[in-house]
Amino acid sequence: MSGVSVLPANAEHGNKPGVLRWLTHPVARPLAALAFLLLVDLMLVPGFFKLTIKDGHLYGSLVDIANRAAPLMLAAIGMTLVIATRGIDISVGAVVALSGTMAAVLIGGTMVIQNGVPSYVSRIPMGWALAAAFGAALLCGAWNGLLVAGLKLQPIVATLILMVGGRGLAQLLTDGQIVTVYYQPFFFIGSGYLFGLPFSLYIVAVVFAATALLLYKTALGLFIQAVGVNPVAARLAGVRTAALTFFVYVFCSACAGVAGLMICSNIKSADANNAGLLLELDAILAVTLGGTLLAGGRFSLAGSVVGALIIQTLTYTIYAMGVPPEVNMVVKAVVVFLVCLSQSPQFRALFVRRPA
Amino acid sequence: MSAPVSTMSRVRAWPASPYFTSLVTVVLLIAMLGAGGVAYRGFLSSQVVFNLLIDNAFLLVLAVGMGFVILSGGIDLSVGAVLALSTMLCAWLLQVAHWPAPAVIALVLLLGAAYGGAMGALIHYFRLQAFIVTLAGMFLARGLCYLISVESITIDNPLFVAMSRTQLMLPGGFISPGALIALAVLAVAIWLAQYTAFGRAVYAIGGNEQSALMMGLPVARTRVTVYALSGFCASLGGVLFAFYMLSGYGLHAQGAELDAIAAVVIGGTLLAGGYGYIAGALSGVLVLGAIQTLIAFDGTLSSWWTKIVIGALLFIFCVVQRLLGATKK
Repeated sequence: MSGVSVLPANAEHGNKPGVLRWLTHPVARPLAALAFLLLVDLMLVPGFFKLTIKDGHLYGSLVDIANRAAPLMLAAIGMTLVIATRGIDISVGAVVALSGTMAAVLIGGTMVIQNGVPSYVSRIPMGWALAAAFGAALLCGAWNGLLVAGLKLQPIVATLILMVGGRGLAQLLTDGQIVTVYYQPFFFIGSGYLFGLPFSLYIVAVVFAATALLLYKTALGLFIQAVGVNPVAARLAGVRTAALTFFVYVFCSACAGVAGLMICSNIKSADANNAGLLLELDAILAVTLGGTLLAGGRFSLAGSVVGALIIQTLTYTIYAMGVPPEVNMVVKAVVVFLVCLSQSPQFRALFVRRPA
Repeated sequence: MSAPVSTMSRVRAWPASPYFTSLVTVVLLIAMLGAGGVAYRGFLSSQVVFNLLIDNAFLLVLAVGMGFVILSGGIDLSVGAVLALSTMLCAWLLQVAHWPAPAVIALVLLLGAAYGGAMGALIHYFRLQAFIVTLAGMFLARGLCYLISVESITIDNPLFVAMSRTQLMLPGGFISPGALIALAVLAVAIWLAQYTAFGRAVYAIGGNEQSALMMGLPVARTRVTVYALSGFCASLGGVLFAFYMLSGYGLHAQGAELDAIAAVVIGGTLLAGGYGYIAGALSGVLVLGAIQTLIAFDGTLSSWWTKIVIGALLFIFCVVQRLLGATKK
């Protein structure tokens, strides 16, 4: 809410020195919004910023928020690239369900008594199961990419097919049941700790770093931006638009697949019906909040991650304030409306004209 | 000698004609009903077809509204949520505020139209993407449902109960008043799309907004009206749903927007806009309903097959539309 009107005029004029330049940085607005939310939490929730170390793990609201936001951050990273090319991928939730169930069904976990001690073993080696789940996500991405880049279907329709069908396939895998996983090592992905921090955060960090390297240190980021700004011009300039679009959808599904593994491992089960439900919408919201233009072209990877954190903090704040969690949707809707309006040149013109 | 040639060319021209995909849907529907009749005893009765209408009356109304939006080149993801909000409003106004039923229905329809119109105005005047605005509208409407009540509210208003229980006798079976209302809406919508200036403007905007603007068509008014119409249809769908379920609940009709879009696409309307028929909504909805009925009749297939089959059908229709579009150029 606050991020919208923080910098009405400054964003227009780019080359201000010092602090102002800092303020006009694309991530500044989402960060300001996040800071505002954290400030609200500071005032409302006693001990919000308190971090304690128990059993060598870091505990606290901040860690909790970051940990819970991890799948959304991953999905948002993938979605950023898709939206940057003027696309949209609404099948993210279905891919999450599919990869999660794939892993859960393959790992399962049967009890074996070894030397009198009951222990659970994986149905097939966990590495293979994870690879299969990731592979399924890649296949989903390839399917989306094929429809969008190959058949030139509208992205929203192309991914709608998988959104409807994917969840059905996931339910087919589990026979409509919720599959519970009993295999201990699998839980590490979603709820394990490494050096005191949740392991899921390391996954996000690695994916983020790799994507950032790929985008900003190679020409890929430029190409994606070019396709987003003007697909025809980009193609005429020699960018392999179709291949790039295909890649972007595969990448998005891959991110969703890892997010699915994370969710499945965290809740120790796979629910084909509800896992990742509406995650695509949250991811789109995170990307929009992060300052990526829905019309394509301008994108900010870090912004999307901040956007995901904003959404999770918002949820946390609403819970902490004792407001019914259902109100969350109303708040989210208002935030989307405001962010969209702030991106609209026509809306800004309403305010620019007045002082003149 | 020349007769077969001309027939051949006429047959070849078929796929290019605007009603081809709509025709494919009708053939598909007949084939599905036929296959069901062969495979399952008691499937091929007129009551089964009437039941398709009764059970999917609300979806038909949603699809009609969605049809206009898609013809104009837009999309409305909020219809399912607006439907749920309407059932909730109906239930709350009737049960808690004790308003008379006609006033409740009138107010709900008016609010639905206003809600859609407001989204249309945002989309048009601020050049926002229809997709994201209606997505936010969906969140807002579902959230408002829960603000009214988190629990489901049962409706015991006499008018609503009567609407739910009444069976209008027809030769070969019976039909509910809700289904009749849905068919009436469809008839009015077809007239609106085919025989009025508004309908032509919708097609023109969907074809090319710039050209429509240059032709002097009232683009702003038409677009806002289209979304208002969709909002109206969604709230009417909500009233029909309330007749059908006799309750208001925030979780009603989850994913109905996707079913409505699927019905419109399967009905032969091009998602890019400007191409298709409102009547396709009926065949699309009936195909979706027939899939569910077939799966229910089979008994061994589980409900998720519905999703898979609908996904597959969507895929086939999109590809067919794409290929037809490609051959035309």
